[in-house]
Amino acid sequence: MSVAPLPEREHGLHLLRQMLLVRRFEEKCVELYSAAKIRGFMHLYIGEEAVAAGVMEAIEPEDAVVATYREHGHALVRGISAGAIMAEMYGKVEGCSRGRGGSMHLFDAATRFYGGNAIVGGGLPLALGLALADKRAGRERVTACFFGDGAVAEGEFHESMNLAALWGLPVLFLCENNLYAMGTAIGRYESETDLALKAASYEMPAWAVDGMDVIAVEAAARKAAAEARLGGTPCFLELRTYRFRAHSMYDPDLYRPKEEIERWKQHDPIAALSERLEAAGLLSAEDSAEIERAVAEEIEAAIAFAEAGTLEPVEDLKRFVYWEGAEI
Amino acid sequence: MSAPAKVQSSYREAIRESIREALLADERVFLMGEDVGAYGGCFGVSKGLLDEFGPERICDTPLSESAFVGAGIGAAIGGMRPIVEVMTVNFCLLALDQIMNNAATITHMSGGQFPIPVVIRMTTGAGRQVAAQHSHSLEGWLAHIPGLKLLFPATLADARGMLPAALADPNPVLIFEHASLYNMEEELAADAGAVEIQRAAIRRAGTDVSLVAYGGTLGKAIEAADELAESGIEAEVIDLRVLRPLDDATVIESVSRTRRAVIVDEGWRSGSLAAEVSARIMEQAFYELDAPVERVCSAEVPIPYAAQLEQAALPQASTVVAAVRRMVGAGG
Ligand SMILES: Cc1ncc(C[n+]2csc(CCOP(=O)(O)OP(=O)(O)O)c2C)c(N)n1
Ligand SMILES: [Mg+2]
Repeated sequence: MSVAPLPEREHGLHLLRQMLLVRRFEEKCVELYSAAKIRGFMHLYIGEEAVAAGVMEAIEPEDAVVATYREHGHALVRGISAGAIMAEMYGKVEGCSRGRGGSMHLFDAATRFYGGNAIVGGGLPLALGLALADKRAGRERVTACFFGDGAVAEGEFHESMNLAALWGLPVLFLCENNLYAMGTAIGRYESETDLALKAASYEMPAWAVDGMDVIAVEAAARKAAAEARLGGTPCFLELRTYRFRAHSMYDPDLYRPKEEIERWKQHDPIAALSERLEAAGLLSAEDSAEIERAVAEEIEAAIAFAEAGTLEPVEDLKRFVYWEGAEI
Repeated sequence: MSAPAKVQSSYREAIRESIREALLADERVFLMGEDVGAYGGCFGVSKGLLDEFGPERICDTPLSESAFVGAGIGAAIGGMRPIVEVMTVNFCLLALDQIMNNAATITHMSGGQFPIPVVIRMTTGAGRQVAAQHSHSLEGWLAHIPGLKLLFPATLADARGMLPAALADPNPVLIFEHASLYNMEEELAADAGAVEIQRAAIRRAGTDVSLVAYGGTLGKAIEAADELAESGIEAEVIDLRVLRPLDDATVIESVSRTRRAVIVDEGWRSGSLAAEVSARIMEQAFYELDAPVERVCSAEVPIPYAAQLEQAALPQASTVVAAVRRMVGAGG
């Protein structure tokens, strides 16, 4: 893979800030989980930040996003406020899903963020429908659909790839290949581990990208988004990445060698971008310190917001099972 | 004053007409499913619609129940009004993830941010000697799920009028069509349109026992009531119509008058919709009853192919009559 050229300084710093926000936010989440402020299942994106950060740069505010249970990063870089996300994890009314979703089910109509789906593969058919609605209405929008390598083994993946290609739906299939589905390594569950090759058989553009390189991810996602938006075809990107932390807070992480994790940490997407920017004279020590400071401030404010949030009264338990909004 | 104009229609034609009208009335409406276009629908419901509306509105899908049901849900969230046809309830098992984990949860799980105005139609029921895998009645299972609404037209007026009401509803609505009803013919008002979708309906008034039925068992309950009338037992027949949320009030009011209830359900007895209705009668009208509630359900076997076995497995007018006689004899 050739190295994508560095962007302008301002954009480079923006990408760095986005990734750092996700990293620091999740590190805080771990602390808050230990302090029992956050409960339930929680899946960290640490190590994979370049994927969400790069892709979100390539799509427009009116585009749609469908993600998985490992979606704090996607939600943050899409522009849901850190406060609304943190409040959601606190189970507060001020959360982006009113405390009814939690870590795995972040939703936000304003940014067209349609979850936070905790069924592996379950978001793909939904993404097709969102894209179909846009296409039918003549809106030149794309739907960015994130899912893991594990989802490729699901029937819903294959059904969705086929239907999207058949109907020319503008979906970006963004496969975050971190090499494991929970504790099962990809070679132990896929007959063909070259996922882009597999996807290409559905007659759509499909290629693999270094998912640890945010600049490469952004470039690839821009190309894919343009194809989907104007070319009337879905695209598949295999984003080769790695999670530095366990699958979830319950996972003792016994199924992969420590050396493997250490090896991948040498490709930390945040450190990699910092080093490139520094080497090119685009990032100073002061810049880094300022980004860290601003991110820390944003996260502290988010925690304060969540702490100050309100709990929904149990009398409202049965609300929202059916639509309560205005007539549609 | 001249009598309102009537037309002769079949259940199939009434549903087709309701789909046609919806397609004409609202360009956000489209029909998709397996063989809904060129074939004309597995049961002929959408025959002719492809010619009239074209492939953008009448969409043949691959055999991918999960993908196209999920796409219908997504399209509804995206502002469309999809009518998704799942050939039969048996195949909806392959789309259950989308129905249960997406359609039924997203409005709630998002804190009320998204309406999901999708309609999912499917044929259900046994009685045609097509054996176990094509004869399921899984309405009771699906009625278990909060977040969904379930309708089951058993009359021509409902076949004609439930779809527009369902499309106007901002929630996911499942509509069941019993395979044995498609050829049912009746007169229908020429201007028949949307019907209300909250209430059960009393299809036959009576004073001695309430027969609670729906869908494919309504006709059997009415047949049983006619037979019972010959021996002086007046059965009231209730058509549930709406399987979720259940209209308790109509059932309880009826049972409070007749003091006896027999529930007729093509689902298997264990964990059935009949079990739910029975429980609600116990909870709300126990002291009004003169006899324990009875249930006439399908026998707990995979529905067999051989005609005599299949018929023995299903609720019949005769088994309903027998249940009522048992009850009246016992209760006095
Ligand atoms: C349909 C389904 N099966 C199993 C699970 C349990 N589960 C949750 S995450 C996961 C692994 C998924 O791996 P992958 O798709 O690669 O995503 P990653 O967690 O690596 O981001 C499994 C098996 C589930 N949530 N949904
Ligand atoms: Mg994975």
